[in-house]
Amino acid sequence: MIDPSSTASRHHSTRQRHPYWPLIPAVLWMLAFFLLPLLLVFAISFASRGLYGGVRWVFSPSNYTMILDPLYLWIYGRSILLAFATTGICLVIGYPLAYFIARAPARWQGVWLLLVIIPFWTNFLVRTYAWMFILRTEGLLNTVLLDVGMIRAPIEILYTDWAVLIGLVYGYLPFMVLPLYAAIERLNRSVVEAAWDLYANGWSVFWRVIFPLTKSGIIAGCLLVFIPTIGAYITPDLLGGAKTMMVGNLIQHEYLVIRDWPFGSAISFVLMALVVLGALMYFKRGGVFEDVEGRR
Amino acid sequence: MGTASVEVRDLVKYHGATLAVDRCSFSVQPGEFFSLIGPSGSGKTTTLRLLAGFEQPDHGEILIEGRSMRSIAPNHRPVNLVFQNYALFPHLTVFKNVAFGLEMRHIARSEVNSRVGAALDMVRLRDKPDRFPSQLSGGEQQRVALARALVNRPAVVLLDEPLGALDQQLRQDMRMELKAIQEQVGLTFICVTHHQEEALTMSDRVAVMDRGRILQIGSPRDMYESPRSVFVANFVGISNQLTGRVDEVNAATCRIHVPGMPSLVARYQASLTVGTPIILTIRPERFVLSRDQHESGLDNRVPARIDKAVYNGSDMHYRLRLTDRVFWTARVVNGGDQKGFTVGESVYVGWNAGDGVALTE
Repeated sequence: MIDPSSTASRHHSTRQRHPYWPLIPAVLWMLAFFLLPLLLVFAISFASRGLYGGVRWVFSPSNYTMILDPLYLWIYGRSILLAFATTGICLVIGYPLAYFIARAPARWQGVWLLLVIIPFWTNFLVRTYAWMFILRTEGLLNTVLLDVGMIRAPIEILYTDWAVLIGLVYGYLPFMVLPLYAAIERLNRSVVEAAWDLYANGWSVFWRVIFPLTKSGIIAGCLLVFIPTIGAYITPDLLGGAKTMMVGNLIQHEYLVIRDWPFGSAISFVLMALVVLGALMYFKRGGVFEDVEGRR
Repeated sequence: MGTASVEVRDLVKYHGATLAVDRCSFSVQPGEFFSLIGPSGSGKTTTLRLLAGFEQPDHGEILIEGRSMRSIAPNHRPVNLVFQNYALFPHLTVFKNVAFGLEMRHIARSEVNSRVGAALDMVRLRDKPDRFPSQLSGGEQQRVALARALVNRPAVVLLDEPLGALDQQLRQDMRMELKAIQEQVGLTFICVTHHQEEALTMSDRVAVMDRGRILQIGSPRDMYESPRSVFVANFVGISNQLTGRVDEVNAATCRIHVPGMPSLVARYQASLTVGTPIILTIRPERFVLSRDQHESGLDNRVPARIDKAVYNGSDMHYRLRLTDRVFWTARVVNGGDQKGFTVGESVYVGWNAGDGVALTE
């Protein structure tokens, strides 16, 4: 009755475990080049600044208390505000776009997605310089608006928070669109029809069915936009100038201009803590939902 | 007679260049279980989607309870669709799924609770209101989908292949249950299926569709006993065929000449004239097989050879070879005591005039 060879192979397969060795290269790399330097920065954040800019290994929590200065708090505040605004605008622009792409005929979806990611093919710095050209007082935008007669005098956008916001939305929109597209594309069309059939109007179909069922994509997109924007450096540096500093610029300033490494390290750690906290909050809510959907 | 539940007049729908629904007309009475059957691509699902309002007809009219459905969106139609793969809301519990339609119509909370409870009772899911669809079996999901439609007490319940995703045994059980529920609630059901047997057992009336057109509408008995075309005869049950020519036309029967065979007698549908080519169709269970040429008084009798014998439990299936090109299937009830026929054996196939239908086509 029982074939010995088949039972043997079955026995073997149950003993097979999920192997961990493929992790070794990544773990070694991260230990050497991420965790170790990070620990070093953490240590430095509790040290003191030397007279000529070096690090003096004298314990001091003052770097952290210094952050409570309204000047620095305001920079954090602006970063958080800009990151939230960028995320919100990306969501509002990205959701309809992603919905359109996901519902387009299959052969067109690839073309639309390609158009979304084409900007990545050129350097981010170059693209940001292009925005400087557009937003300048005598730039493309003002010229066009003046010519059309929508404004009488050029408006000042470059080197304001608005320019930073525009640049950030531009730069991170694809990170919002791609996960949203994936979530919407996966959405079962007949579930949407079922809601419509069950007396839901367009508004209810969206908020009661489409929105909750694409929530995982919304959360992923928001994280992918929020996390890099809160620590953005190039965009506020080029488009915001000296007046509108974000945390990323402050860190650069402390490290390279003031040469106060301990304070720069403290600022970095507080930023990191904010991001991790925010992400944890998102993931916690997202995780619960993923569970429900995962049981499908 | 009061207003029909559904009145479809001259419905036409194109999908691009293809004619999906071709001048279909039918009406369904209140409380009737009506089925649209046909092979895939016959236009039955499109017809259902036109009734639900997901698609707009290119021509023709749909009236539901006497009201024209022209340019009325699905959420304003008094119909509810039970989707082929149920299309339950995966993020909502069983209770919330069933309550969805009532909530959308702003029915009072207490009434929602009692109606959802009653609907879940009816489909035997009272003990699982807090489950999510993914935690239910296929049969349970199917019943939630049904409850979600019934709870709204629509003028018409539309069902798209309602049992299509269930396994064989469950299909059999659900067929009876679906029919029982329909009779209990007294709502009008319009069901689309490619499964003819399912349609026959559940429906009061059936419409057979092919290539966008309705070929025949009638009771399951009409469809099976008196098909009006070879397509219907083949689609509804199995039918054996023989081509011949009309020899003589009488009041209820006609005499058929088939080269190389004795003269045959059969019923006919449309009026016939002598000399018309016809196709004779006979159901496999109507045959009587015997070894003796002169046994019993059957109207028709032709010689054949047993080509294949399949033991099927409740009955025997025989493949009969009449000529080199004509093969028939006969189904003989397994009475227990008699010994079957063996392959290669010569037999006589007999049947009565009323069991054969002569169709022109």
